[in-house]
Amino acid sequence: MIDMSILFDHWDMFLQGFGNTLKASLLALIGSFLLGTLMAVFRIAPVRPLNWLGTAYVEFIRNIPLILVVFVFFVGLPAIGIRLESFVAGTLGLTVYTAAFIAETIRAGILAVSKGQTEAARSSGLTYVQTMRYVVLPQAIKIVIPPMGNQFINLVKNSSVLGVIAGLDLMYFGDLISADTFVTFDVYIFVAVFYLILTLPLSLLVGYLERRLARAR
Amino acid sequence: MDFIGAYAPSHLTFLLEGFWVTLQVAFLSIALSFVVSVIVGVIRYARIPVLSQVLATAVELVRNLPLLLIIFFTYFALPEIGIKLDKFYAAILALVIFESAMISEIVRSGLNSIEKGQIEAARSSGLTYMQTLWHVVLPQALRRMVPPMVSQFISLLKDTSLAVVIALPELMNHAQIINGRNVNYVIPTFLLVAVMYFVVNYALSIISKRLENRHA
Amino acid sequence: MKKSVWKKVTGLGLVLMLGASVLAGCGAGKTSEGASQGGQAASGAAAGTVAKIKERGKFVVGVKYDLNLFGLKDPATGNVEGFDIDIAKAIAKKVLGDENKIELKEVTSKTRIPMLKNGEIDAIIATMTVTEERKKEVDFSDIYFMAGQSLLVKKDSPINGLKDLQKGMKVVTAKGSTSAKNIREKAPDVEVLEFENYAEAFTALKAGQGDALTTDNALLYGMAKQDPNYRVTEETFTEEPYGIAINKGDAEFVKTVNDLLKEMKDNGEYDKIYEKWIGEKPKK
Repeated sequence: MIDMSILFDHWDMFLQGFGNTLKASLLALIGSFLLGTLMAVFRIAPVRPLNWLGTAYVEFIRNIPLILVVFVFFVGLPAIGIRLESFVAGTLGLTVYTAAFIAETIRAGILAVSKGQTEAARSSGLTYVQTMRYVVLPQAIKIVIPPMGNQFINLVKNSSVLGVIAGLDLMYFGDLISADTFVTFDVYIFVAVFYLILTLPLSLLVGYLERRLARAR
Repeated sequence: MDFIGAYAPSHLTFLLEGFWVTLQVAFLSIALSFVVSVIVGVIRYARIPVLSQVLATAVELVRNLPLLLIIFFTYFALPEIGIKLDKFYAAILALVIFESAMISEIVRSGLNSIEKGQIEAARSSGLTYMQTLWHVVLPQALRRMVPPMVSQFISLLKDTSLAVVIALPELMNHAQIINGRNVNYVIPTFLLVAVMYFVVNYALSIISKRLENRHA
Repeated sequence: MKKSVWKKVTGLGLVLMLGASVLAGCGAGKTSEGASQGGQAASGAAAGTVAKIKERGKFVVGVKYDLNLFGLKDPATGNVEGFDIDIAKAIAKKVLGDENKIELKEVTSKTRIPMLKNGEIDAIIATMTVTEERKKEVDFSDIYFMAGQSLLVKKDSPINGLKDLQKGMKVVTAKGSTSAKNIREKAPDVEVLEFENYAEAFTALKAGQGDALTTDNALLYGMAKQDPNYRVTEETFTEEPYGIAINKGDAEFVKTVNDLLKEMKDNGEYDKIYEKWIGEKPKK
């Protein structure tokens, strides 16, 4: 059976890693929500240069690997004199990467609100910003919640790249424990369980919300 | 920053060599996970007892784990139970496990999107369940799956870079070796590497859009 | 361990099996450059590495690719060169009569023991310190190099040894190395950050992510040679005897290697290799 003593002997390391994984995921979620919303607005705003900027950001970031983005923050920025701690570099990398996906999610949500409604709101005298604020966004948010949940699950999983840059997360400590004890199988199972504690409930919740939304339509 | 030093011919060929490995791993993983996903997706769609539930659980577990952990697992932990793979195959196995869990969900929802009326019509015209699945449901469903599947393939191609942790000599690994030579190479190298991934992935996404429009 | 394994994994295991069988099916008909003898290798059991090497006509050895002086891959030529490589060549010459009948595989401090156990490689010659803990996992040859742990710092750094390492400082090194354990014991106040390998660790140091990099001085000299902005502190605070790791229970191969090492030391070949890479004669 699984050797539980590995878990108890390194309990503080697992716990610290778990805490940091959660912290990195939450911080990156907030950051990428803000940045992603901004980029989504750029993409649909009636201003050409902003459209280009938003599109360029989303298309470029979506098509390159996360670990590359993280490496840019970790070893690229120091090359031009900006030094960030592993955890900070990793979390920023996650934020920048995830923002591109969240931007797409939010844009899709906004576009899903029918054009007719927008036009009706505009013709009834609301400004573009008011239309967005009072008509489109409240509806879009409801549509966007389940896919945002999926993005958060991805974020928790993707935060494991912090392990590669010594970001003190769950993956880092798990990997460290397995390297030091020569016990790989059991340690990785424990690491998996810790990730599942975060992701499984989220995944079930997202499934529930998706079904509810589907029924509401 | 030293663009000229970073883009020395020997470095460029070194990066291309890495990219070749990346493409090989990606291509093999895409082909294999497509096959596995269709099988898993169909089994779950057909609700074959026991097997279907077991696969559902497995998919749910794998989908919720980081790919990085699965890579570590196939490379470092599987040997403990007697499955020995070198890093090339360990990386492919990890990618196939992870992406199959993701793609089989695409397959399943693609199958579910086919109207029940069609199936009933096919059955009542004398086709067996398997024939209906094979000739009626699957071809239509596959067409609908193309866009989400291609975007998952793009993810897969990007995800091959995680094999840098087991020192698979792919693009990211080779980039880091060059970066190790001189700090001034770091940004130019990353820039070039980003462009390499971007070109292939963007081309894939354009092809996907074309296909989507043609079928629409 | 093996018996209880399937109890451990339920759903996950099934998916693994499925994937593995698909892979095995496709891998069988193909001989790509990545294919290894992994499939037929028997782990643990002393299948007789010497016989295996002879049958294959090639000595497959795990070496580092990122360590100047010991095992470094040159991107320009694709060649891997260093002290460890020369020792590997000598073994190939001894067993197969031709020093070029070798195949090098990259290992890191973390991957090398699993790879040896996998049967992916015949031996590890990768600046590997002989420790009691590792002896439980693998067998070692006689010592072929004596190193000591030290610190690599920026040229103008105030750090000259362990005593200068203060609370809040960061020391970087590679995962799975003895260096990490040692520095934790000897400088408990510093923060130790561990990376996948020494190349990543050195990149992190250069990026200012640490105040010092610690490992055996033999490796540090190689790094300092690569980038003259860095220097190795004088003090060594451990003894790191390097041995060649061989699968457990293969006494025949261990003896072959030990005989060869002795031979090389007697006929001066060892001294030549030592001088070629380290730049001085070995201390007796």
